[in-house]
Amino acid sequence: MKEKRLARLLVSGPPLLFLIVFFVAPSLIMILTSFRFPGEFGGLAPITLPDKAIAEYGFTSDAYHFFFSDFIYTEIFLKSFAVAFGTTLICLILAYPLAVLIARSRKHLRNLMVLLVILPFASNFLIRIYAWMIILGPESALSHFVNTVLGAFGIAPVTLLFSPFAVLVGMVYVHLPFMVLPLYTNLEKHDPSLLDAAQDLGANAWQRFWRVTWPLSLPGVFSGSALVFIPVLGMFAVPDILGGTGDILIGNLIKDQFLGTRDWPFGSALSIMLTLAVLSVAGLTTWFARSATGQRAL
Amino acid sequence: MALLEIRNVTRRFGSYTAVDNVSIDVEAGEFFTLLGPSGCGKTTLLRMIAGFDLPDSGQILLDGKDMVGIPPEKRPVHTVFQTYALFPHMTVADNIAFPLKMAGKAPQEIKKRVNELLERVHLPNFGNRFPHELSGGQKQRVAFARGLVNRPRLLLLDEPLGALDAKLREEMQIELINLQKEIGITFIFVTHAQDEALALSHRIAVMNRGNVEQIDEPSKIYSAPRNYFVADFIGKISVMNAAVMEAVPSHLKLAIEGLGEVTAPAREGVEVGDKGVLAIRPEQVRISHPSHESQLKNHFRGKVHDFLYVGDVTTYIVELVNGAYIEALLPNSAPGRAKFFEVDDEVTISWRHDAGIFLNDSQ
Repeated sequence: MKEKRLARLLVSGPPLLFLIVFFVAPSLIMILTSFRFPGEFGGLAPITLPDKAIAEYGFTSDAYHFFFSDFIYTEIFLKSFAVAFGTTLICLILAYPLAVLIARSRKHLRNLMVLLVILPFASNFLIRIYAWMIILGPESALSHFVNTVLGAFGIAPVTLLFSPFAVLVGMVYVHLPFMVLPLYTNLEKHDPSLLDAAQDLGANAWQRFWRVTWPLSLPGVFSGSALVFIPVLGMFAVPDILGGTGDILIGNLIKDQFLGTRDWPFGSALSIMLTLAVLSVAGLTTWFARSATGQRAL
Repeated sequence: MALLEIRNVTRRFGSYTAVDNVSIDVEAGEFFTLLGPSGCGKTTLLRMIAGFDLPDSGQILLDGKDMVGIPPEKRPVHTVFQTYALFPHMTVADNIAFPLKMAGKAPQEIKKRVNELLERVHLPNFGNRFPHELSGGQKQRVAFARGLVNRPRLLLLDEPLGALDAKLREEMQIELINLQKEIGITFIFVTHAQDEALALSHRIAVMNRGNVEQIDEPSKIYSAPRNYFVADFIGKISVMNAAVMEAVPSHLKLAIEGLGEVTAPAREGVEVGDKGVLAIRPEQVRISHPSHESQLKNHFRGKVHDFLYVGDVTTYIVELVNGAYIEALLPNSAPGRAKFFEVDDEVTISWRHDAGIFLNDSQ
């Protein structure tokens, strides 16, 4: 009995320790930080009063008041959620047929295709985003083509780069593999005889998809969506590089509080609210996934 | 007109011919079995009837209508799959309702029919369960119900009892016979288990390497196999090399090397000088003490080589004087007596003049 407990501790101990040091402790520090005053030159004001020169010290909920004092912050939150939702939806629409194709291909072809899906990870993330700057840039073949077509219809030329469109393209591009892989893993496990049975019992191609493949793939859809939605919410590099001045998302806002404005408490408050929002979305999704896939063991 | 007519159907996969010019007629209301070893083409044939595969040549007609170009979902043919293929995300009731929903039936009718079928397969209170909550036999019943609920013209059964243990299998066989009798739907049953085929079917088509070797009632298949393959595949049979010495309408006289002369039932197309085998079923062979004077024409001396006790009967493998082995079946009906002879006992082996069958196509 004692040995068993020791073995369990040895196995689960290191990751637990990692989580405590690098997740729980920082989260607590962040919560604490959000209730303090910003220091004059960044950092934090002291909790206890060292000398009379500093007017603000101790604890405060100013950061949270500040968030709700101006609608622009709520708006950025909502916009970020909209972008995350849109990215997730587009990823799902693009990834699903691809995942089906991979799952139904022959084995060696399947492995090759999975390799191709994860191949972009081999090059640096920022370089790939910068590549999109060139692809979407005003001198690119794509821009010329789009504007020629628009011109033929008498529509004024558009700039693709530094727009919400470019942000969405970048977000979808970066996160697509995170949708494809869980979907593929799920679809690959489907018993092909179920589709034969459905067809045999009178289901046409659409009914076979809607009544068999789709409901059985829901666990994959939900895990893929979570893997896309949550990182997109916090992403700041893509809007920074591909977005215009008006395309700030929460990620950028938080980054600015720490690196630009140097208002650590407000940055922490924003982070905490983002975490809460993500947790509630994840919780809702899990609940919804449970009820949508029935009592079946997931 | 037969319900299902399979006319000269051939299906090739590359250079391999899975089904070779097969013609079969299945009558309405029949329990028809395709029997053969794995790779004999029975499953390919079944898939072509269901519409999942198309013949390279030949025709499949259902109610006189050519099925070519009609996809599986439009054929009035349903299949019970070997793995059951129940939808894991649907309840038992939803699984059974599936074909009715696909056919666009009204909700009240669907409910009525589903309940009717649940009763019929003895699962009246299982409608709300999920497939993973069922035992193998229960899943099997749900698969039957789902295949039958929309009253197809034909129900195809692809080795449906293969995954069940022996006892459950026997139970399901009886249920299957009753189900078919009550509902009156034509069944085409595919199996490699000859005992199952004999027990269930009205007629059996024995298949081998893409060809139909014989189509007959179970008793004919067993007692009058048309060739060596059928004789060997169905049941147990002993064979001895034989040559025809006399062929008259009443009987054959065969010479068996090192043993002597044997009288066998007459067969059409057999001529003097033909070489082949005498095939004889173990239950037709009598085994007795050597002191016992056999009244039968065909009797020979031998020595018990081995025996197999399986409870109700004991099979003796007897080595004849010419070195050939013959199997004899002895029922253990005498109380307290499980064994009559020991290994190396001298015995007399005999069989009636109308037992056994001469097959001239052996090997």
